[in-house]
Amino acid sequence: MAKELINAIVAMDGEEATRLTQELLDQGVEGNTILADCQAAMEEVGNLFEKGEYFLPELIMGGEILKGITEVIKPKLGAASENGDKAGKVVFGTVVGDIHDIGKNIVIFMLETNNFEVVDLGVDVPIAKFVEAVREEKPDIVGISGFLTKTFDSMKETIAAIDEAGLRDSVKIMIGGGTVTEDVAVYAAADAYGESAMDAVKLAKSWMGGK
Amino acid sequence: MNERFLEKRKRIDDAIALKKPDRVPFFLLQNYMPARTEGLAYKDVYYNIDGWVEANRKFIQEYDPDMYFMIDAPGIGAGPVHDILGTVAMRWPGGTLPDNISHQFVEGEYMLQGEYDHFLDDPSDYLLRVFTPRVFSNLQGLTKLPSLKVLSLGCYGTTVYGMALSNPEVLEALQRLMEMAKPATEFAMKVGMCHAEMLEHGQICASAAPTLHPYDIISDMLRGMRGTMIDMFKVPDKLIAALEKLYPISLGSAIGVAQATGNKQIFIPLHRGADGFMSPKQFEKFYWPFLKQLICDLVDAGLTPMPFFEGTYEQRIDYLTELPAGKCIGWFDRSDLKLLKEKLGDVMCVAGGMPASLLQTGTAEIVREQTKEAIDIFGKAGLIMTASTVIDEAKPELLRAWVDATREFGS
Repeated sequence: MAKELINAIVAMDGEEATRLTQELLDQGVEGNTILADCQAAMEEVGNLFEKGEYFLPELIMGGEILKGITEVIKPKLGAASENGDKAGKVVFGTVVGDIHDIGKNIVIFMLETNNFEVVDLGVDVPIAKFVEAVREEKPDIVGISGFLTKTFDSMKETIAAIDEAGLRDSVKIMIGGGTVTEDVAVYAAADAYGESAMDAVKLAKSWMGGK
Repeated sequence: MNERFLEKRKRIDDAIALKKPDRVPFFLLQNYMPARTEGLAYKDVYYNIDGWVEANRKFIQEYDPDMYFMIDAPGIGAGPVHDILGTVAMRWPGGTLPDNISHQFVEGEYMLQGEYDHFLDDPSDYLLRVFTPRVFSNLQGLTKLPSLKVLSLGCYGTTVYGMALSNPEVLEALQRLMEMAKPATEFAMKVGMCHAEMLEHGQICASAAPTLHPYDIISDMLRGMRGTMIDMFKVPDKLIAALEKLYPISLGSAIGVAQATGNKQIFIPLHRGADGFMSPKQFEKFYWPFLKQLICDLVDAGLTPMPFFEGTYEQRIDYLTELPAGKCIGWFDRSDLKLLKEKLGDVMCVAGGMPASLLQTGTAEIVREQTKEAIDIFGKAGLIMTASTVIDEAKPELLRAWVDATREFGS
């Protein structure tokens, strides 16, 4: 049964996925068990995305299907289940002065699919908020996103502020965004630049592996 | 027309026709950059159009490019217009953003999925009474108007419409619309006059107003990216019907602007058809047919389409080979230059060559090397040297190095 649900989600069939969810609930299956199936399905969606078979629309539609399922099972959900150890913790945001979030959201989706815990600071994140989040959340990695060319300086200033707060050595910093290139990472004193969401996952994994 | 104009025009036309020009043309994407070099702020494009025109005039004359970007590219309409209307779908410098931050769009599901039928049945009625009040907070009164179809009653319809117009909220909205007329017209006239005057000095504007791909109209303006992507799965037929409904608007506005301004180059910023934003299958169904038709129809109308392929288009490149040869300028952002030359060398003139970031983070030497490399790849034919995207924050000394290097290596 659960296999069918996973297949329906991966095939982007929202109506079938919701129907199967209701069927499972009627059979007395626990909400958390269904959520675990959803998680497995989204991992498969993430895999297909990595392979270049799925694209952004499938990530968005997958999220939409999941939202529908969650609404169906929410009333019957027990305590939230934490699925074991995380691969690492990432604080992520779009720099101050920039409200673009497409790239940021894809990277966060892919990091979460790969078992990273992500604290999403949102868009137009003030420098002080990044510094505070690094201090409070104690992440392993900071991800800074930006689309406007003006944000290269904001990235540089954000990273400098993390440095001045004495927190630079405690984190690895990755940057990315529509106009960001390798040379910007050097300019902004980030540890690395990633061109795609997969790059971000690779970087994060390599940094955690090296710890 | 003066000699300087004729020389530049020939250079650009040769590049478009894939012939070898006397030297590689240079296209200056100044956008917000003149604000910094001429002592203004980004907000001046929105609130000080006289100052903005003057700053651009100086800036463009200083670098003397073969083509420059329309001076209102960073100004999506006049600031006072947005203040009057209460614009929701965009933030702009000096208005809802700080003075020196670039305008940015606030995308949303301003049109709901359940509203396709209304839109398809009568787009004008839907856009006036439902969509417009959502994207301009001070035009709420338009929601109180009766259906535009009432106008079909002619004389009999006067009472229905007359009564609706007496509603204070409707009156307030109409008042705002009348107020915006003056600043909107002043802005457009001054921009147009600047472009015309620059032309007399031999400076060529790359295009007049842009036109959008129907999918981008829906994704950028109406349904939002997320909404449109979900529509591709849930209501694909309605999405296609809406694209077909919007197509004549995309084409017609481009032709209209060309006729009004005399500028035959049509800028088409492409957003959601890029690699990654949809699968090749989705591209083939929802994006490519309309893009191909738009470009072919514009060419048939005697115009020169200038699509901006933002992001990368490497997965789509084989489709682009179907376009009429030597008839358009493909401005490319991040696609690989060698691949572009190999696949499109005998199809379209490529505008590009310089990552905008290098003009900010690089050195004069790096910029020179990049310029030489790009020109070497294209061998001087079918290339218009420009940046991957706008150069708001470029360093003036690097821009100078780039302009000089283009003349040196491109001659």
